[in-house]
Amino acid sequence: MTEFTGHPPPGGIHIRAVEKRFGHTQVLRGVSLDIAAGEFVALVGPSGCGKTTLMRIVAGIEQADAGSVAIGDRDVTRLRPGDRDVAMVFQSYALYPHLTVAENIRVPLALRRLNAWQRLPLLGGWMPGAADEGHRMDQEVRRAAEALGLRALLDRRPAQLSGGQRQRVALARAIVRRPAAFLMDEPLSNLDASLRVQTRREIVDIHRQAGAATLYVTHDQSEALTMADRVAVMQDGELLQVATPEAIYADPADLRVATFIGSPRINTLPAEAGTDGMVRVGGHPVGLWGARPGPLTLAIRPEDLLPAATGLPARAEALEFLGESLLLHARHEATGAPLVLRLPPEMRPDLPPGGSAFALQFDTSRALLFGPEGHRVGASVLSGMHALV
Amino acid sequence: MALTRAARAPWGEAAAAWMLSAPAVLAYVLMLALPTLATVLLAFTDFELGATGFRWIGLDNFAEMLSDRGFGISLRNTLIYVGLVTPGSIAGALALALLIEAGLRGRTLFRAVFFLPVVSLTVAMAAAWQYLLHPTIGPLNAMLRLAGLGAPEWLSSSSTVLVSLAAIGIWENLGFNLVLFLAGLTAIPRELYAAAEVDGARSAWDRFRLVTWPMLGPTTLFVLTITMIRAVRVFDTVAVLTQGGPNKASQVLLYTMYEEGFTYFRLGYSAAVTLVFLAIVLAIMWLQTKLLDKRVHYV
Repeated sequence: MTEFTGHPPPGGIHIRAVEKRFGHTQVLRGVSLDIAAGEFVALVGPSGCGKTTLMRIVAGIEQADAGSVAIGDRDVTRLRPGDRDVAMVFQSYALYPHLTVAENIRVPLALRRLNAWQRLPLLGGWMPGAADEGHRMDQEVRRAAEALGLRALLDRRPAQLSGGQRQRVALARAIVRRPAAFLMDEPLSNLDASLRVQTRREIVDIHRQAGAATLYVTHDQSEALTMADRVAVMQDGELLQVATPEAIYADPADLRVATFIGSPRINTLPAEAGTDGMVRVGGHPVGLWGARPGPLTLAIRPEDLLPAATGLPARAEALEFLGESLLLHARHEATGAPLVLRLPPEMRPDLPPGGSAFALQFDTSRALLFGPEGHRVGASVLSGMHALV
Repeated sequence: MALTRAARAPWGEAAAAWMLSAPAVLAYVLMLALPTLATVLLAFTDFELGATGFRWIGLDNFAEMLSDRGFGISLRNTLIYVGLVTPGSIAGALALALLIEAGLRGRTLFRAVFFLPVVSLTVAMAAAWQYLLHPTIGPLNAMLRLAGLGAPEWLSSSSTVLVSLAAIGIWENLGFNLVLFLAGLTAIPRELYAAAEVDGARSAWDRFRLVTWPMLGPTTLFVLTITMIRAVRVFDTVAVLTQGGPNKASQVLLYTMYEEGFTYFRLGYSAAVTLVFLAIVLAIMWLQTKLLDKRVHYV
């Protein structure tokens, strides 16, 4: 791949209190999000949470009922998509099937730089100025195609390309114009797993070279965590948290963020803070203190749970070997809550067989507490690696 | 049991296959292959209905056509008719389909309204047209007179009869083409229009040129072929409204065939005219598969 660098476009994307309803369904409930110039933000959430609608509003394909969208320092809320200086990569790639790869990449340039007469088939090339501009556009198309390794495919039609190649043509069509903002709607979801991992890197590289503010919509948390500068987690038309991938994973602000991010899912146990401030699970203190009295949810990542001689009583159910790790599925004895432990594969001989009882410990400093509304609750750590029984 | 079945399988399977396809084969042979063959053979004879015998006369029927003024006129009129009806009903149907598709309501209503001519009996509808276009009592001329314009004699003047018939032909074919175009339009992915908008296609014309027209290619080709064939086949409006007149001005191919065969009983000559008609239809179909097919199919 050759470099595709240029002056970094100024601005960024600024979404202010955007609301949208379809009929009686409120799809977006006052969403605000700022993406700095050159920043890569992944918008992640379960399907139907409104993330694609938000992106289409930024692109101008959909109109917001309330709120505003600015790109750079220009309010574009009322502008047509073609006047917004954005480029979009669609989930289906949306390539024009009757045009060659080169012609597809050329479309956004031709529609902006040539007038209706110059774009006429056959005759257009003879209109004044068309030949010079056409030459310039061909060069830009070639550079964008080279940046994505499409040089040998310029004369093919989309039907003759593989999924990965089509995806790259869609990317080339997006970068060729050097827009101020990139929008990508699940661009990897139609690729097979191995190609997806490879293309992930390419998209990040292209983003870094082109330097435009990028909003990347995905339902795949691993894409969001690996690619983005910041991750915005969306659910039911609301942004729950916008933070770096590390913070989203280790320091989620909401129980819904904690359970959505991370695979396997974070373990949750019903807990309670007594009037003394001690946090108890099934009546047993677990080494955390300081929460307001009332019901709580204790959440622990699978890699922070360990089998031990003493601790929370659990019953082993099944073991899954993943290569680099083992997953031990178990159930908390007192509440019946399902638990998953991620363990190093060397531990296999020492693990309790299915159906047998064993005890669990966890790293209290990494345990997360959430209040009844799902908001994060602070607590102090009493003891390091222990779950008191 | 298994052994006998295995041994008999080749025989039994072939027999079953023939039995299963027999009704279709029989129908095809009786209704299509034999009559076509009979027509081809008749075209080289001087057979007349009611005659006791016939002679093989080789290409004489075709030679006669070349010098037959009536046949020349009917061929010319048919081509003019096709040349008017095909573009008229295709452009009209496409424009209507785009309007209906862009409208928010009434899709089914408009589709039904414009499809009505296709499902109604042309002969009955022709009577309605006869009244509409009547030079003295027809509503069309009544309106023209009110507007102070002349009152053409639509179906009874040799200068306007073909155009009038073509207008009826357009009306007949419009609904069918409209439904095909509407189906073609629904098959265009919405994301392509969104992509065109983001790529800067601001005007409706730009989006039509970039997305709609190319994506409708396969539909348009099919509509073009089917309309041309339907137009070449024009017969019932001519038979009911003008009988080829006045002064052969609306004489068309199939009406000539009908006249020669069933008015003058010259079945041999009529069969030769039929072969010319068949050749035209086959040529249109060949044109579709060979010339245009590769340019409009993408997948």
